[in-house]
Amino acid sequence: MAFISVKDLIVEFTRIDEDGREVPGKKALNGVTLDIDRGSFVAIIGMNGSGKSTFAKCLNGLVIPTAGDVTVDGFNTRDEGHLWDIRRRVGMVFQNPDNQIVSSIVEDDVAFGPENLGIKPAEIRRRVDDALRKVGMYEHRTKGAHMLSGGQKQRIAIAGAVAMRPECIVFDEPTAMLDPQGRQSVMDIIKELNAEGITVILITHYMNEAAQADRIVVLKKGLVFADGTPHDIFADREMIEKAGLELPYEIELREKAGLPDTVMTVEDIICQLK
Amino acid sequence: MIRDITLGQYYPGSSPVHRLDARTKIIATLLYIIELFIVNNFWGFLIAGAALFTVIAISRVPVKFIFRGLTAVFLIIAFTFVINLFMVDGRILWQWKIFKITYEGLMRALFMAVRLVLLIIGSSMMTLTTKPIELTDGLEKLLKPFSLIGLPSHEIALMMTIALRFIPTLMEETDKIIKAQQARGADFESGNIFQRAKSLIPILIPLFISSFRIAQDLALAMEARCYHGGAGRTRMNEIHFARGDAAAAILMIVFLAVIIASRFLPTIF
Repeated sequence: MAFISVKDLIVEFTRIDEDGREVPGKKALNGVTLDIDRGSFVAIIGMNGSGKSTFAKCLNGLVIPTAGDVTVDGFNTRDEGHLWDIRRRVGMVFQNPDNQIVSSIVEDDVAFGPENLGIKPAEIRRRVDDALRKVGMYEHRTKGAHMLSGGQKQRIAIAGAVAMRPECIVFDEPTAMLDPQGRQSVMDIIKELNAEGITVILITHYMNEAAQADRIVVLKKGLVFADGTPHDIFADREMIEKAGLELPYEIELREKAGLPDTVMTVEDIICQLK
Repeated sequence: MIRDITLGQYYPGSSPVHRLDARTKIIATLLYIIELFIVNNFWGFLIAGAALFTVIAISRVPVKFIFRGLTAVFLIIAFTFVINLFMVDGRILWQWKIFKITYEGLMRALFMAVRLVLLIIGSSMMTLTTKPIELTDGLEKLLKPFSLIGLPSHEIALMMTIALRFIPTLMEETDKIIKAQQARGADFESGNIFQRAKSLIPILIPLFISSFRIAQDLALAMEARCYHGGAGRTRMNEIHFARGDAAAAILMIVFLAVIIASRFLPTIF
């Protein structure tokens, strides 16, 4: 069975009108059905308002579906009794690095998740050190979080998720507020975590980041518009344009250079052109 | 500029004072403040000052660092001194029109100034030698008994942790808003005090809104990391009473006795 299974997922936000009554508002998701396998690396793309972020928040029960079901490792997110079982399996990293760090000191922040799980102090210490080494921030462990750069803060946020030893991490546009170096370092860590067996779900605006996944899901107006390997997705130029997206720079370059469509990365293009 | 600010003015170190349990330091500081009010003559202050000086010496916090904290409240001390100096009746030492300085007034003013200085240095020793997180942890544990009567000790401690964490973030945010408003032609520098106060509104309102946004983001991030209140939560660095704390407790009792005894010493002047 798939690790995460999403069935006919509908999320409708209600809003309060002038008279204080709840009225149906916008439908963010409009019947998404999707299975995500253990250990896979799935990128979710789509233009603004396509429902990407809402979808991400459904995966660990931050948003409860209006209709349909999300099942994580056999637990339904509607079942409040198992909410913590779900959240310890599915970690999450958000867009703004500043607004997800709880504690002033780096290592205290990374310890926040494991502390919530009620783990023994010695084990927390081990997990925190481990997680900080994994993101290459061990030397900074006693620093104040406000002294770090955006990319470093985002690595701390990833360490905070990793320290909970999740089976899956959902990244909700983790690189949107970073400079190119910070973006690269975060992408490297994401790929490394996936190589170690953690299921990765990456919500992103950047097509070249999506191209690094095993599978891409394109959302449009709250529906799955396309689903396939990066190779297949980016081969369908017409579909990409309909979804309001652009081809990654690499693919554009490849087509202009007249190279075969097996070439996916800049390195490959350079090799071919030599 | 904003990146350089120190949080809660902690001075890193590994002296015996730094290693004490935060709870010991909080209790010691409270007791010291109470003792300063028990003191009724300069002998007492001499003893209290000597004790404080010993603590400073053991902690190896540079004196310069400690006095930096004093400069901020210098105005308050000066104000108290002047008020006491002129307001007390008694034997007149000096007089000019309605202003007069009396012997009693001078004594009272000196007395108050010394008390204030010791009070401020004493309490800043606690924040200088304890990490903010240890301080909030210690406070949480100390307030725990009061949770029986409904005091949310864990929530209070967490609120303090988050407040400390977000001081730099909100300062950066303020900086950004000020620049954005200046770029739109806002003027914060001219006009009288009322006009200037009014011109702060375009800074405060966006700041208010953005702090709500931050709070919402943070709440989501905390929930995603399985936060569900203080129940069943463990800590990475659990605080323990050690031998040093026992020694500190004994010293505190002895010190309290000495201070009470000092009340019965004859006054110097």
